[in-house]
Amino acid sequence: MIAQLTTSERQTALVLLTVLAMVGLTMAAAGRDDLLGVHGGLVMIAALAGIFGVISGYYAPEPAEERFNDYYDEPSKIGIILAMGWAAVGMFFGVWVAALLAWPDLTFDAGWSSFGRIRPVHTSGVIFGFGGNALIATSFYVLQRTSRARLPDQLSPLFVLFGYNLFCVLAATGYLMGITQSKEYAEPEWYADIWLVIVWVTYFVVYMRTLARRKEPHIYVANWYYLAFILVVAILHIVNNIAVPISLGAAKSYSIFSGVQDAMTQWWYGHNAVAFFLTAGFLGMMYYYLPKRAGRPIFSYRLSILSFWGITFFYMWAGSHHLHYTALPQWVQSLGMTFSVMLLVPSWSSAANALLTLNGAWHKVRDDATLRFMMVAAVFYGLTTFEGSFMAIRTVNSLSHYTDWTVGHVHAGALGWVAMITFGSIYASVPWLWKRETMYSPKLVEAHFWLAVSGTVVYVLAMWNSGIIQGLMWRTYNESGTLAYSFIESMVAMHPYYVARTLGGLLFLIGTLIGCYNIWMTIRTASLAAQQPELEPLTGSGAPVLQPGE
Amino acid sequence: MLFGLHYRLERKATWFVLAIIAAASVGGIVEIAPLFTIHQTVEDAPQMRVYTPLEAAGRNIYIREGCYACHSQMIRTLRDEVERYGPYSLAVESKYDHPMLWGSKRTGPDLARVGEKYSDEWHVAHLINPRHLVPESVMPAYAWLNRTGLRTDDLGNHLRALRAVGVPYTDEMIANAASDAYGQAAPDTPFAEGVTKRYGEATTVRAFDGRPGELTEMDALVAYLQILGRLTDVASKPVAAAGR
Repeated sequence: MIAQLTTSERQTALVLLTVLAMVGLTMAAAGRDDLLGVHGGLVMIAALAGIFGVISGYYAPEPAEERFNDYYDEPSKIGIILAMGWAAVGMFFGVWVAALLAWPDLTFDAGWSSFGRIRPVHTSGVIFGFGGNALIATSFYVLQRTSRARLPDQLSPLFVLFGYNLFCVLAATGYLMGITQSKEYAEPEWYADIWLVIVWVTYFVVYMRTLARRKEPHIYVANWYYLAFILVVAILHIVNNIAVPISLGAAKSYSIFSGVQDAMTQWWYGHNAVAFFLTAGFLGMMYYYLPKRAGRPIFSYRLSILSFWGITFFYMWAGSHHLHYTALPQWVQSLGMTFSVMLLVPSWSSAANALLTLNGAWHKVRDDATLRFMMVAAVFYGLTTFEGSFMAIRTVNSLSHYTDWTVGHVHAGALGWVAMITFGSIYASVPWLWKRETMYSPKLVEAHFWLAVSGTVVYVLAMWNSGIIQGLMWRTYNESGTLAYSFIESMVAMHPYYVARTLGGLLFLIGTLIGCYNIWMTIRTASLAAQQPELEPLTGSGAPVLQPGE
Repeated sequence: MLFGLHYRLERKATWFVLAIIAAASVGGIVEIAPLFTIHQTVEDAPQMRVYTPLEAAGRNIYIREGCYACHSQMIRTLRDEVERYGPYSLAVESKYDHPMLWGSKRTGPDLARVGEKYSDEWHVAHLINPRHLVPESVMPAYAWLNRTGLRTDDLGNHLRALRAVGVPYTDEMIANAASDAYGQAAPDTPFAEGVTKRYGEATTVRAFDGRPGELTEMDALVAYLQILGRLTDVASKPVAAAGR
């Protein structure tokens, strides 16, 4: 990794890491009476480990000029490994929290292992750890190939990747210690939020600098989505997280928003985290990997324009559908509902565009589990967006809100769409990146596929059932005109579904672990093969066309 | 024609970025900005009091332990909810809530009006192990709250930050935050008088965890649970009066 940096980049890295270590030391000193101090120490240790890493590779020979003939794939490789690591961790915590709802005593008598603290480790672990790393890794990969340009330098993409993972570690360890803002999908406190802004701005700069060097006159559609993901997440993150810390030596802060304004801001953020983190970014992935793997061009250019701008414009109005029948003014609720229903048009345009692209390649879908991952992802994307628009209708929402139906909906999207398209893209990228013909074991990819699909189906069916039963029990009246069920009766009725949900999650987790093993073995055999002289010529991603000095 | 325009737009990275920002900004601006200016968004409640330092500390424990992930604090305007939980929630009731804790999932029941519905003893026993009182419950046990002392030395900083974001704490409240937190759980001491003086006669002063001399996180959390829905009574008044 260090060998790929130029000497001046190695020096810059050392300076940056030293500054980071000082920041960590300052945090540790200022927050010595507070949990902030623990995080300060963690930042310092991370920076020192980085310094050690750079120094140990400092005297390696400089990268050759020939590097400009090739794409810079180191960040994508590391990003994919990190994404799979976070997937295993995040999904393990997911199975644990699911089990706790069926068997509440399956934990320790200590704060860190309590449901409320490990639940955000699950949500952030899978969304930001797994999803975020996969987005960064694939975005760099796709950006270079669709622009026919190498990333602008070797250091800043690594800064983005490792900086982002430092944020994820601060988030997850913070939850276990009890550091949280309580804002859904935006739990990390003020100092982690500021750090993420720095990382994110760098990410944007890397993207724009690479686009500025592109050899293709047009910016490919995948990059529109990655750009929207980067830009809008920045806007959402900054506005939603404005807060006043109780002191510069403490982790705790208070949001400047309160009550109804905070509710609207949080769901404007929350729903668009779904839109621009979990949808736009992954659509970018789909628009590159699905046609590439199928060997077919995208079905319709115009459909992709239509769906891109529809998603970018409509989604930002939809957040208030999380607040039907609440103290939020009704006109805002109605706007949210209206735009949520309209969202079906661009959403289904994207899903249809993906599936129609497969026309003429369906035999590949049958034979190739990697492409099948992407196909199933597009189907789940279509199903989930339909369900989402449906649940945003006020009267439907009166039943579904507050119940497990919402949890089922989220997981249909997260497991069926986000995770499937990611696994498909990763299984496509790994052999390309590590110069192999195929994955170590295509059979294991097949096994992973069926575990993932069955896990998702079990999970979602269980939550649909429990959610609808719950919603109905809460509103059922008996003949004398009083409520028929106590709350606890509705909870007892959930038990079998919570057991089934845990099982579904477990299937999905096992699939992920198989995926980790398969990817690891592919990388290992690749590095063994690289030591042999009769290395086959580069395959897969097409010959680079760059000239030295560009 | 439009597609032709786009054909040119997608060749210009900067313009493309600006177009994304423009398209994505409209929705938020139209929906969020007016909420801060339209008077009817939040009802008037002149008698509403602020959280005491002990209740604010309890609220932070509620946040820290992620209680909001399973308990909502927002009763919707639906008949069955009003009959199950009480009068539907008004915007004003959470106007001092930075951030709000309306929640979006009811694995457990809504808590918007749970204040004084159960005794302190019930809450303490329930938090130590919910299954002692409700055998079918799947709520986590929070026994360690009862043996963890409450940190009070930084409560003044908490109140000061809350004032900075708009909660009307006085200088006196901020200066006495730590002793008021102690006093609210220690009735019949000089510290207790300061609490009622600053936060009103109706403020609950009790040894919430049953041990007056010892201030624990359990005290704070129970004090918070017992004030839920009781900072103001506008929600239980007729609509016309509440609007005025």
